[in-house]
Amino acid sequence: MDKDIAGFSAVELAEKIRSKKISCVEAAGASIERIKRLDPRVKAFVTVTEKEALEAAKLIDDKIARGEAAGALAGVPVAIKDNMMIAGIPTTCSSKILKGYTAPYDATVIEKLKNEGAVFVGKTNLDEFAMGSSTENSAFFTTRNPWNTDCIPGGSSGGSAASVAAMMAPLALGSDTGGSIRQPAACCGVVGLKPTYGRVSRYGLVAFASSLDQIGPFARTVEDAAVLLKVISGHDPKDSTSVDIAVPDYAASIKKDIRGLRIGLPEEYFAKGLDGEVETAVREAVKVLEKLGAIVKKISLPHTEYAIAVYYIIAPCEASANLARYDGVKYGFRAECSNLLEEYEKTRGEGFGPEVKRRIMLGTYALSAGYYDAYYGKAQRVRTLISRDFENAFREVDVIAAPTAPTSAFRLGEKAQDPLQMYLSDIYTISSNLAGIPAVSVPCGFTRAKLPVGLQLMGRPFDEEMILRAGYAYEKNTVWSEEHPNV
Amino acid sequence: MKITEKDVEYVARLARLELTGEEKVKFTGQLESILSYIDKLNAIDTKNVPPTSHALSLKNVWREDKLELCPENVRETMLSNAPEREDDFFRVKKVIE
Repeated sequence: MDKDIAGFSAVELAEKIRSKKISCVEAAGASIERIKRLDPRVKAFVTVTEKEALEAAKLIDDKIARGEAAGALAGVPVAIKDNMMIAGIPTTCSSKILKGYTAPYDATVIEKLKNEGAVFVGKTNLDEFAMGSSTENSAFFTTRNPWNTDCIPGGSSGGSAASVAAMMAPLALGSDTGGSIRQPAACCGVVGLKPTYGRVSRYGLVAFASSLDQIGPFARTVEDAAVLLKVISGHDPKDSTSVDIAVPDYAASIKKDIRGLRIGLPEEYFAKGLDGEVETAVREAVKVLEKLGAIVKKISLPHTEYAIAVYYIIAPCEASANLARYDGVKYGFRAECSNLLEEYEKTRGEGFGPEVKRRIMLGTYALSAGYYDAYYGKAQRVRTLISRDFENAFREVDVIAAPTAPTSAFRLGEKAQDPLQMYLSDIYTISSNLAGIPAVSVPCGFTRAKLPVGLQLMGRPFDEEMILRAGYAYEKNTVWSEEHPNV
Repeated sequence: MKITEKDVEYVARLARLELTGEEKVKFTGQLESILSYIDKLNAIDTKNVPPTSHALSLKNVWREDKLELCPENVRETMLSNAPEREDDFFRVKKVIE
């Protein structure tokens, strides 16, 4: 029974709950049972909220029994990356510095999910403060890739991606600052979408780089991702960067066909550094879209090679400011010292892990007196050029198709000693954060070693519909969404 | 860009980060290699390019300046998250001698 429930998509499960074939308590129980059975190997969860999940499920069952509307995701289990706040539950950011911290309120995305009846089964592991591409920077443990537990799940939202791939929950939320939803989605063979900057409120998301961060969905199907995106999207007075424009019914519009859709292949994304097997899988995927009526043409995004350099100025600068708040005064860990200055330094020195320190150092250096214009100022100007590349491209095409990551999931420890090599894992995902455009990773096959490959589809600002539509058409005409790891 | 251990110590002080001797050595090398990678940006002429501080060109988002009280349970959770608390205050070391 539990396997059947775990195998349902969110849309199927919601329908079975609505028609009372499955209760919310059964659905939550099946998810928790699977987490208990598989998570000792996968290690996707930092906190499993069994008691809260079963209580919430019971309340929704009661609502349904009374014939009340219980919401679009009534009874559907959802896993949440542990940098978003659920009131009354610890938020750790997989960092020692938030030791003992309990979230005082719900993030807006959590409030929206609660309103639609979703049930939270736990908080998932991440690279500390979302800085990393493998979850190896978690202060607690490394999450394993469900397809091969010797490999990384990607990051930073590796726990969320792995939990969905291992069918511990049909849906999860992640956050994406430079690829942290799409790259783990590609590594774990699931759908992961970074919405347009401003599409989803970040209120209650722990800030990393405020001009780049976005929250987005993980799912095993494009349709599920579309349903979840609709629930979390929309303007929020509590996040002044969220935009007040209508939220489309994504799940309805994705089913339109893609005849005449213009797809651009950026030559810079198929260059040196791209793994041959990944390239083959992505090019095959583009052929499928072409057969379905899309018009494929070559395009150029000439400033692509500068994206990583721009990102590794802008993100650390913003992070160094955002992470100044962890000082051992208001929350979390404090190293006791005889005076305040030493206490700040020791608290932060002991509380943060190596990658977080490295980025705080890099950002502080780049913002320090005499360097601002040379680094931050320069990076902001090149950022403009990267955005213009996309504006120009989207005059000719509707969607840009590319690999999500240059390789499939690498082995644990393979890149842990070389920060720059690790940063290059995000070479194809970073540009859309800099430009603020939406992008989705959809599974498009496997390497010979049976590791998943992701196809990335990028769209115009606020045109998530178009990339979801292309992703849906592709998924419906291929078999990848039906393959699951044998954990 | 040449980075010295002295630079690392100076920046660590600005960032209020205590680093071990080993970390200082490691960060000196790593910051230098990351910054020399970033130096590739100097190949682009950006004299006439405006900076992007934000992916959207939002300006002056206003709201009504009205008081909203923090619910009691939220306030209480916030205060009890503090490593040291005295009544309704966060307790810190003496700043002024």
